[in-house]
Amino acid sequence: MKFKNTVLTLVFLLGSASVHAAELGDPEKGAKVFAKCKSCHQVGEGAVHRVGPHLNGVFGRKAAAFAEDYKYSKGLLREGADGLVWTSDKLDAYIENPKALVSKTRMNFRGLSDPEQRADLLAYLRLFSDNPANIPEALPTANAPEVALSPEILAIVGDPAYGEYLSSECTTCHTTSGSDTGIPSITNWPAEDFVIAMHAYKQKVRPHPVMQMMAGRLSDEEIAALAAYFQDL
Amino acid sequence: MTLNRRTFLGTGAAAAATLSAPMVLAGGHGKPKVVVVGGGAGGATAARYIAKDSKGEIDVTLVEPSRSYYTCFFSNLYIGGFRDINSIAHSYGKLASDYGINVVHDWAVGIDRDAKTVSLAGGATLNYDRLILSPGIDFIDGAVEGWDTSAQNAMPHAYKAGSQTELLKAQIEAMPQGGVFAMVAPPNPYRCPPGPYERVSMVAHLLKNINPTAKIIVADPKPKFSKMALFQEGWANNYEGMIDWIGSEFGGGNVSVDPGAMTVTIDGEVTKVDACNVIPAMKAGRICDMAGITEGNWAPVSGHTMQSRVDENIHVLGDATNQGDMPKSGFSANSQAKVAAMAVRGALTGSKVFPARFSNTCWSLIDTDNGVKVGASYQATDEKIAKVDGFISATGESADLRKATYEESIGWYDGITADMFG
Repeated sequence: MKFKNTVLTLVFLLGSASVHAAELGDPEKGAKVFAKCKSCHQVGEGAVHRVGPHLNGVFGRKAAAFAEDYKYSKGLLREGADGLVWTSDKLDAYIENPKALVSKTRMNFRGLSDPEQRADLLAYLRLFSDNPANIPEALPTANAPEVALSPEILAIVGDPAYGEYLSSECTTCHTTSGSDTGIPSITNWPAEDFVIAMHAYKQKVRPHPVMQMMAGRLSDEEIAALAAYFQDL
Repeated sequence: MTLNRRTFLGTGAAAAATLSAPMVLAGGHGKPKVVVVGGGAGGATAARYIAKDSKGEIDVTLVEPSRSYYTCFFSNLYIGGFRDINSIAHSYGKLASDYGINVVHDWAVGIDRDAKTVSLAGGATLNYDRLILSPGIDFIDGAVEGWDTSAQNAMPHAYKAGSQTELLKAQIEAMPQGGVFAMVAPPNPYRCPPGPYERVSMVAHLLKNINPTAKIIVADPKPKFSKMALFQEGWANNYEGMIDWIGSEFGGGNVSVDPGAMTVTIDGEVTKVDACNVIPAMKAGRICDMAGITEGNWAPVSGHTMQSRVDENIHVLGDATNQGDMPKSGFSANSQAKVAAMAVRGALTGSKVFPARFSNTCWSLIDTDNGVKVGASYQATDEKIAKVDGFISATGESADLRKATYEESIGWYDGITADMFG
């Protein structure tokens, strides 16, 4: 119930202190909206960079702030150099249509057109930014994977050379340069995220028909090999 | 089960040497030589993968007449006004500079299979240990009564992209208000099964903007076609009353044209047309005939390696082949090229060869932000390349999904052209 208390306190604080309070929505609803984000982003205690950077303290953060240990798209690096700061307005615009704000972003997200959902999501993310709230201790994080995989599958050490051979089936659509002009970038993903994503397609938890077909005939070892290859590309 | 694939697959050269005796067939003249004829989705991809993965061990020559290659895929989007013609043009510069491929802009005019040589129109002769033919399609003379390639300026085929595509678009744009555009569609099998129908959609899109009272007639020798339900739904929703598709049941296959008079006769009824796109029946690019590796109109190949069933030193790719279930598409040719590249490297340098796997997806644009797709995965059997699994867009999909599908096709275009040309 600590979550509830924190939320209530937060809403109270924002209501009295911030101009943006009216724009922020319901963080509990936002936690549900965050399901759209969590295959790539973690937030909360212990959150680390995965396919996307972690989102703790994202409010007020400079764009591309973790360039030392996270590989950003050139588009975001340039925005960071140009001084883009993730204010709630900028985050709202980015979530509404990522490519409209940062044309060369690799974030494979089509955008959230519903302003209420965006407000809820931002309210949720706001819980994990230092000002006004500190990171809550016991909130759920994004760590629950999309599909439950056995430890044996996750422990397979992929052979990048075999992955390189298999990758020729991927590179008809996905570029090895990691650019995204309509087909998601799949380079530099942590291997575990790659494995989880491919199994999510294979189990038809993720909806894309091409990817369901491609993943559907890959064995556990082949998925691991591809993950190992694309991880370091 | 923790498994490191490297330990038994032997992808390294040293490991391969211990696993199987490499058959280096250099034939006493230095590095093994591969000649690739045709620089499209099959040939360019094969040349690039052989050069890239053999790391200099194989000498690769690519023979392609055009310095600028215009992709057939997305050429309909140029007609519809969604792409600039330059955006579908590609050069071979990187294949030469970054991959060390010897790119020769010339026509291959003869193949001596005993001597293993390719002769070029410019007079040169190239030796090969393995030859890859990826010549695309040619048209069957007399397939449409009244039409042969000498009529291609009056009635363009626009089925090899470039100047023909530009000519067709210019003729459509020059149509008088309320004029008639006719298409003669090809019989199966032909390059890019949804291509003629995407083209009809793009012509309709163009005319709707500049000539909204114009009519489109399609004479088709087939009773049905690729993505038919999707196209017909799209035509009804977006181009109502504009398109008259005449299938074989209604005499669409009984057609002749008069390029001089600009008339099209369908099942005895003569129509005066203002622009006409004749897409005749097709066969393998004629170099396959010259090499003597065709049976009927196409070159039969083994799905395991894409080797000709007639000559094991020749691999054939893409539209020119008779391979089984894969459609004749750029995606298919690209997929087949990687299997052939692996087989050729295995034969010439002893590198590891994995089982062949193939896939294909064809995107088509119906109208602005209204994309659809069809695709399948395939495996090689001794008999043919056999379909394993597939999918197709559904009628009645949401506008958001159609837009996403279109945007995906743009990403695919950038992906496959990078995979072909580096």
